[in-house]
Amino acid sequence: MSKSRRTTAVAAIAGAAAFALLAAGCSSSATPGADDEVTELTLATFNDFGYTDEMLAEYTELTGIKIVHNKAATSGDARTNYFTKLGAGSGLADVEAVEIDWFAELLQYSDKLYDLSNDEVADRWVQWKTDAATDADGRLIAYGTDIGPQAICYRSDLFAGAGLPTDREEVAAMIDGDWDTYFAAGDEFVANSDAAWFDSSGAILQGILNQEEETLESTDGEIIATTNPVVEDAYNTVLDASPELSAHLSQWSDDWSAGFANGAFATMLCPSWMLGVIEGNAPEVEGWDVANVFPNGGGNWGGSYLTVPAQSEKAEAAKAFADWLTDPEQQLKAFVSTGNFPSQTSLYEAEELLTVTRPFFNEAPTGEIFSDRSAAIEVAPYKSVNYFPVMDALQNAITRVDVDKTQDADASWDQFVTDVEAIG
Amino acid sequence: MTTQSLAEDREIRRITFSHKLNRWDMKVSPYLYISPFFILFILTGLFPLLYTAYVSVFDWHIIGGQGDFAGAGNFEWVLGQDKFWVALRNSFSIFLISAIPQVILALIIAAILDQNLRAKTFWRMGVLVPYVVAPVAVALIFSNMFGDQYGLVNNALGRIGIDPVGWHSQVLPSHFAIATMVNFRWTGYNALIFLAAMQAVPRDYYEAAMLDGANRIRQFFSITIPSLRPTLIFVIITSTIGGLQIFDEPRMYDTTGAGGASSQWLTITMYIYNLGFGPAGGGQFGRAAAAAWLLFLIIIVVGLINLAATRTIATSGSRSSK
Repeated sequence: MSKSRRTTAVAAIAGAAAFALLAAGCSSSATPGADDEVTELTLATFNDFGYTDEMLAEYTELTGIKIVHNKAATSGDARTNYFTKLGAGSGLADVEAVEIDWFAELLQYSDKLYDLSNDEVADRWVQWKTDAATDADGRLIAYGTDIGPQAICYRSDLFAGAGLPTDREEVAAMIDGDWDTYFAAGDEFVANSDAAWFDSSGAILQGILNQEEETLESTDGEIIATTNPVVEDAYNTVLDASPELSAHLSQWSDDWSAGFANGAFATMLCPSWMLGVIEGNAPEVEGWDVANVFPNGGGNWGGSYLTVPAQSEKAEAAKAFADWLTDPEQQLKAFVSTGNFPSQTSLYEAEELLTVTRPFFNEAPTGEIFSDRSAAIEVAPYKSVNYFPVMDALQNAITRVDVDKTQDADASWDQFVTDVEAIG
Repeated sequence: MTTQSLAEDREIRRITFSHKLNRWDMKVSPYLYISPFFILFILTGLFPLLYTAYVSVFDWHIIGGQGDFAGAGNFEWVLGQDKFWVALRNSFSIFLISAIPQVILALIIAAILDQNLRAKTFWRMGVLVPYVVAPVAVALIFSNMFGDQYGLVNNALGRIGIDPVGWHSQVLPSHFAIATMVNFRWTGYNALIFLAAMQAVPRDYYEAAMLDGANRIRQFFSITIPSLRPTLIFVIITSTIGGLQIFDEPRMYDTTGAGGASSQWLTITMYIYNLGFGPAGGGQFGRAAAAAWLLFLIIIVVGLINLAATRTIATSGSRSSK
C-alpha cells in the first residue's frame, strides 16, 4: 500500500513537473530588461548580409553589448517568422532584417515598428530607398542596408563562339538602348550558337516592370495589374521574345542552377547580389563577365532593410545598433565580403568601393560598375500590400508558357486574371 | 477513560482514512498514470482543433488578429476556389499513386524476407534505411533527379531513346515523382510490419498446403494474404491518413514550395499552409482554418469508409476461417 501511495506521489510530482516545464517554455520568451542595462541584443538576418562575427565582435568591444546573430536560410523563411511573431506580439529579435519584396506588406503595420527617424542619418541613403521606408505618418521605420542595381552579366566565351564582341566595353555599347536592342543582340547571338540568350523570361519581366512607377498596384491602393497596359505590354514583349531567346528555366529551380554549369544561356540580368549566385552555381565555368549597361536605363532588383520591432524592450539600444550596422563603414565591409551593394550614397565616391574588382568575373571593376548602375536608377516602382502575391501570380503565368509549356500566352493571361481576382 | 476512547476513536479514524486512500488509489491511480498522454493531447491536439474551428468562423488575419464574425463565409470562399479542388484532386491522386504500389511492393518484400535468408538481420535493417533519411533530404535529392532539363532520370531516359518527361511541368508525372519519394521512404517500413505479421502465421498451414501440392505463389495468396488481414487494414488506414496529409515531399519538390505554376502538385495541406503563412496571399488565418476543417471532415469520411470496409472484410474473414 505504502509503495503504491509513493508511486502516486511520484506520478503527481511528475505531472506537476511536466506542467511546470510547459509553463516555463511559455513564459521564457518574455525576459524583462530596462533600456539602461542592456548587455545583449539579438539580430536576425537571412541569406548573407555580410555581418561577420568579427564585425559584431567589434561592436561588443565598442559598447560592451553582446550580439546574438540568428540567420534564416531564405528570405521566405524570414518572412514567415517575422509575420507570425509580429502578430503574436513577442519573439522577434531586437533588430530584424526585412527584404524589399515583403517590406511593402509590412509597411501597413508600421505602428508595430519602432520609429527610427534621426536627423543624423536622414541623408545617409539614396532617396528612393529612404522614401520607401517612410510610412504615411512620416516615420522612418527601417534603415537601408543594400540595394540591387542591375547590370548585364554575360559569358564572353559563348559570345566569342557566336562572333559577338567579348570586351565588356564593346558589349555595353552593343546592348546599350532599350529592351528591343537587347533582344536584337540576342537574335544575332542565337543564330550562331546553341545556347539561349537569357536564362528566364520571369527575370526579364521583373526587369521591365521594375522600371515603371505604377505596375501591379495603383498609388491609391487598387490592384490594377490585369487592366494596366504597362503590365500586359511587358507580358507580351517577354513572351514574344521567349520562344527564340529564353533558356526556358524558372529562376531558382534545380534546372536553373544546373543551367549555369551546362552553359544553357549567355546573358542574364545581374543585380549586384547575383554575382555571388553565379559564382556559387558555376565555380568551374570560365568566361563570366559584367557589362556596365542595362536595357532602357537603370533598374533596381531587391535589397533589404533593418527594422526594430516595437515589441523589443531594448528599442533605443537596438536603434543605435541598427544605426551602426548601416553606417557606411560597416556596409562597405559587407560589400567587400559578399558583394551586397550598399545603399549609402557617401560610399559611391569612396576610393575603397570604386577600386573593388571581382576575379571570377574577369577582374571586372564591380565597385565602379554598380556605382554607375545605381546612379542610372530613376524610378522605384510603387509596391504595396498586394504586390508580392500579384507578382507571384504573374510569374506563374509566365512560367506556364515559357517553362512548363502547358498553356499559350492568352490562356495563361486569362488564368492570371482569375488568380488575381481571388487575391482581392 | 475519555482519553482512552479518544485514542481508540482516533485509531479507527486513521484506519478508515487510510482505507479510503487505498480505495482512491485503486480507483484513481490508473487514470492518473495515463493522464499525461491525455493532458498533452488536450493541450496540443484537442485545444488547437477546437480553436481552429473558432478561428474558421471569423475574418482573422495573421497580424491584425481576430476580425468580424464571418459565419460560414470562410467555408464558402474556400469551396468556391478552383485551387482548393485542384489541391484535393492532387492529394488523392498522389495518395493513390503512392499507397497502392507501396502496399503491393511491401508485401512482396516481406514475403521474400520471410524466406530463409542468410544474414537476416542485415536485410531486414536494410529495408528500413530509407525510413531513417529525413524526408526533406529525400525530397531535395529526388527533385534534383527529376529535373525537367538536367535531371538524372530524363538523362537516363534520353540514353534509351525516350523523350524527356516534364516531371515538374506536367500533372501526372509530378505526382508520380512525389509518389516515388513517399514510396522510397515508407515501403521498407510497411514491409517490416507485414513481415512481423507473416512470422505469426503458423507454419503448419504451409506444410499442409505443401502436402496438398500448392506451389509458393498459391501458398502466398491462399494462406499468407488472408492471415494478414488485420495488418493490411492497419497499414491501409495509417497510409490513408498520412497520404491525405502529405506535405514535406511536395513542398520541397521545387524551391518556391508553392506547388507549381498551375498548381500541378499543390496538395491540400500545402494549400492550407499557403493560405495561413505563404508569401503569396498568406496570412488569412480564418480561411486557412476553414480549409483545415474541411480536410479534417474529408479524412473522417474516408476513415469511416475504411472502417466500413474493415468490418466487412473482418467478418467475411472470420466466417471463411470457420
